[in-house]
Amino acid sequence: MSDKFTFEIISPDKSIMKKDTTEVIIPAYEGEMGILKDHIPLITFLRPGKIKIKDTNEEFFVEEGIVEFANNNLLILSSTAKNISEINKGSKEALIANAEKRMRESEITDKEKYLLSYKINTLKNFSL
Amino acid sequence: MPSLDDLKKRIKSVKSTQKITKAMKMVAAAKLRKAQENAEKGRPYSKKMQNIILNLTRSISDPKNAPKLLVGTGNDKTYLCVVLTADRGLCGGFNTNICKLAKTNFKKILNEQKNLKIITVGSKGFDQIKREYGKFVIKKYSFKEKKQITFEEADTVGNEIIRLFNKNEFDKCILFFNNFKNVITQIPQAQQIIPADNKSSETTEENSLLYEFEPDEDEILEDLLPKNISTQVFKAFLENAASEQGSRMTAMDNATRNAGDLVDKLTINYNRSRQASITKELIEIISGAESL
Repeated sequence: MSDKFTFEIISPDKSIMKKDTTEVIIPAYEGEMGILKDHIPLITFLRPGKIKIKDTNEEFFVEEGIVEFANNNLLILSSTAKNISEINKGSKEALIANAEKRMRESEITDKEKYLLSYKINTLKNFSL
Repeated sequence: MPSLDDLKKRIKSVKSTQKITKAMKMVAAAKLRKAQENAEKGRPYSKKMQNIILNLTRSISDPKNAPKLLVGTGNDKTYLCVVLTADRGLCGGFNTNICKLAKTNFKKILNEQKNLKIITVGSKGFDQIKREYGKFVIKKYSFKEKKQITFEEADTVGNEIIRLFNKNEFDKCILFFNNFKNVITQIPQAQQIIPADNKSSETTEENSLLYEFEPDEDEILEDLLPKNISTQVFKAFLENAASEQGSRMTAMDNATRNAGDLVDKLTINYNRSRQASITKELIEIISGAESL
C-alpha cells in the first residue's frame, strides 16, 4: 500500500476507473512519462497514445486529455479514453481511416498533423 | 345543468387524461433516475476541470498576455446569451422559468445600451423568446431527434461559441439553464462562462501547490479554455436534462391528482343528478296514478 497512489480517469459523462496503483505510463505531450508515487505536482496534456497501468497491465487508448498530479492523486480528464479490450479490429480501422482522411486535408496545421501521425502510429501498433 | 350523458362523457374523458398524465409521470420518473445519475457522474469532470484552470490561473506569469477567453476582451459591449431549454413541453414551469430569467437579463442588457445576441438550444425556449426578442436570435439549436445528449452535442455548441468569440462577435457570454437541486426544486441559473468567472470558487481552495507545467502555462491554458467552455455547456445540458424530467414528474403528478379530484367531483354530480331524475320520474308516476 505504501508505494501506491490513486489513479483516476474521468470522462465528461462518467468516471471510467479509479484505483490504487504503483506505476502508470502516460503519453504526455512531450513524450511518454512514467508516474510513481510522490511525483512532483504536474499539469500536462496527453497526445494520442496508450495509458498503461503497470500493476494490472490494463491499457487505455486516449486521443487527448489533461493530466493533473497532486497529493498522490493522478487525475486524467479525457473525453476519448477507451479500454483497449473494448476496441476491436473494425473500430480500430475506422479510427485510422478517419485520421488518415483528416491528414490529407489541406488546411491542417502542423500541430494537428503531429497529433494525427501519433494517433495513426499508436493505433497501427496495437496487436489485436 | 348538464345532462347525465354529458356528465358521463366528461368523466370518461377526464379519466383517460388522468391515465395519460399518470403514464407520463412514470416515464419521467424512470428517465429522471437516469438523467440524475448522468448529472451526478458529469459533475466531477467539470469540477476538476475548473480546479485545474484555477490552479493554472494562479500561476500564470503575465496576466496581461493571458488568453482572452480567461480575462475577457476588456470590453463590455456585446453580450451573448445562450438559453438552454427543453424540446418538449408539459413539464410545468421548467421552460418558462428559464425564459423568465433570461428575459429579465435581456431587458437589463438592453437598458444599459448594450448589444445583445442570443443562441437558443431547445425548441421550446426559442418559441417563447422569439416573440419579444426574435430579432436578436442569431442561432438556434435543437437536439430533438437525439435520445440522449452526449458530449458531442455540447461540443458543437461550445465550438460555435468559441468561433464567435474568436471573430470578436461578443465580449461576454452567459449561459442560462436550470440547476438540478432535487426532484422538487430546480433553480434557473445564469452562469457567465466568458470570461471565466473564478471568483466564487477561489475562496474554497486555498492550498495552492507549485505545479510543474509541460508545456508552459500559457500553452496549456490556450488548449484547456476552449475545452472548458464545452465542458461547462455539457454540464448545463446534464443539469437541464435532469431538471426537465424532475419538473415533468412533479407537474404530471399534480395533474394526475387534480384529475382524480375532478373525477370525484363529477361522479358526485353525476350520482346526484341521476338520483334527482329518478325521484322526478317516481313523482310523476305516483301523481299520475293518484289522478286516476
